[in-house]
Amino acid sequence: MIENRPWLTFASHATLLMGIALVALPVWMALVASTHPASAFGAGHIPLWFGDAGAETWGTVLFEKAGNGVDTPVWFMMLNSLIMALGITFGKIAISLLSAYAIVFFRFPFRNLCFWIIFMTLMLPVEVRIVPTYEVVANLDLLNSYTGLTLPLIASATATFLFRQCFLSIPGELVEAARMDGAGPWRFFFDILLPLSRTNIAALFVILFIYGWNQYLWPLLITTDDAYYTLVMSIKRMLSVTDGDIAWNQIMATTLLAMLPPVAVVIGMQKLFVKGLVDSEK
Amino acid sequence: MTVTFPQKGLPWLLLLPQLLVTAIFFLWPAEQALEQAFYQEDAFGLSREFIGLENFAALFTDPLYYQSMLTTLVFSFSVAIVGMSLALLLAVMADRVIRGKLAYQTLLIWPYAVAPALAGVLWWILFDPSMGPIALWLKSAGVDWNHYLNGNQAMILVVIASTWKQISYNFLFFLAGLQAVPRSLIEAAAIDGASPFKRFWTIVFPLLSPTTFFLLVVNLVYAFFETFGVIDATTKGGPGQSTTTLVYKVFNDGFVGLDLGGSAAQSVVLMAIVGLMTVIQFRFIERKVQYS
Repeated sequence: MIENRPWLTFASHATLLMGIALVALPVWMALVASTHPASAFGAGHIPLWFGDAGAETWGTVLFEKAGNGVDTPVWFMMLNSLIMALGITFGKIAISLLSAYAIVFFRFPFRNLCFWIIFMTLMLPVEVRIVPTYEVVANLDLLNSYTGLTLPLIASATATFLFRQCFLSIPGELVEAARMDGAGPWRFFFDILLPLSRTNIAALFVILFIYGWNQYLWPLLITTDDAYYTLVMSIKRMLSVTDGDIAWNQIMATTLLAMLPPVAVVIGMQKLFVKGLVDSEK
Repeated sequence: MTVTFPQKGLPWLLLLPQLLVTAIFFLWPAEQALEQAFYQEDAFGLSREFIGLENFAALFTDPLYYQSMLTTLVFSFSVAIVGMSLALLLAVMADRVIRGKLAYQTLLIWPYAVAPALAGVLWWILFDPSMGPIALWLKSAGVDWNHYLNGNQAMILVVIASTWKQISYNFLFFLAGLQAVPRSLIEAAAIDGASPFKRFWTIVFPLLSPTTFFLLVVNLVYAFFETFGVIDATTKGGPGQSTTTLVYKVFNDGFVGLDLGGSAAQSVVLMAIVGLMTVIQFRFIERKVQYS
């Protein structure tokens, strides 16, 4: 604080509170909408205060079926989303740790070429090459499978860069000392490198979990069997019902449940989240 | 880093998983797109013939493609500018307050975790012409809101939903940038009698330019490639072509229109654009805009 200007401090708080209210507005409306019966929306407006059908809607959506053309209950799709998100997260972290280890701690021919091949994946987001990638996965017979949901997304240039950066900052003496004490490459990796990169791994985990959970286009294309529906993409299936009234209360309850896990992760692990966000942009 | 392990085969083994995934799911499809862009295929994939650069020629003489480019530019810059301005305002305010800083931060950053498609749905219901509270309020204020029919209004809807999700990101980076501005500079200006507004525009804002430039690139990349879900869940590129961005068009022409050659040619053009943006990001951000 440089000088005391009470009105400016007041204005700051007021602006921030307005910002928070604006940011929370759609979620508030969704929450209210989910507590009314589906018939409340036909009247030409959305009720602005809570109704009394909340428990029923949330119960149906969670345990019976999400409704509106999707017959799978939300808890089941949540499980699929969790498998996909964790598969992508652990997969990305594992293969990036290994390749960064190889690039930093070994000398071998074509080392730079390998680095550039990994780098190129940055230039090829899945949305851009969507048709041929779909064809490749269809050729490999991976449609409607957990492998198909996760494997094509686990190559990661960002994570490899991050771990490379982190490994480069480890003093050479440490490697030397480990080697002198007779530690081989595996022992060094597990006993020294992994413990040293613990916070980096945790921060990256938060970011990648959100990335994995929020996948939309990819699961939408490759899952036609509702046993593999993930929660985020199921919204699209619920919205594309054309006949009859759209059950907005069920759609809103499902939407809120679909955003709950990643939002909880961000709020619960705020420090790691911010670190991960800043690190992965370096 | 000078000390290394002597093994020769092991590094290949370590790199194998990453290289395999990259080759199968990145390089192979990219090569397929490149190849397909030079062929014309029938919708069933039964036969195809080599047509050279015709797909590209068709693409660059198609007024719809230019329209989509323009849509993408309008959309991306709107998202970047609106999002960054709001975030900067909030970050400046959050940097000023002493009490409750962390609580404010928590309550502002959570939308980052919401999937784009869900953000689209949440805003759609607020703006739905027949029942959305904001749409009804706009109607009573004399604005005939119907994003199903009005292309500009559809664009405004997808910009709002996309911006909402990105404000948190901009906010965090601006806040970090603000906290790095040396206190002594601001104190000196305050002693010289500069008002808070003058101090902001002549000292703080210029010092933030590296952050601003970095965020501009990140926001453009975000609007280009990560907003597919917002558009697909709300407007599906319509009405007409008014919210069909380049990325949405690749998907739409390929999967809905089944024009595989045309879609592949668009993929190739997009890959070139991403490549260019990645290079810009690395070249310029590595060096950063410096004023010290």
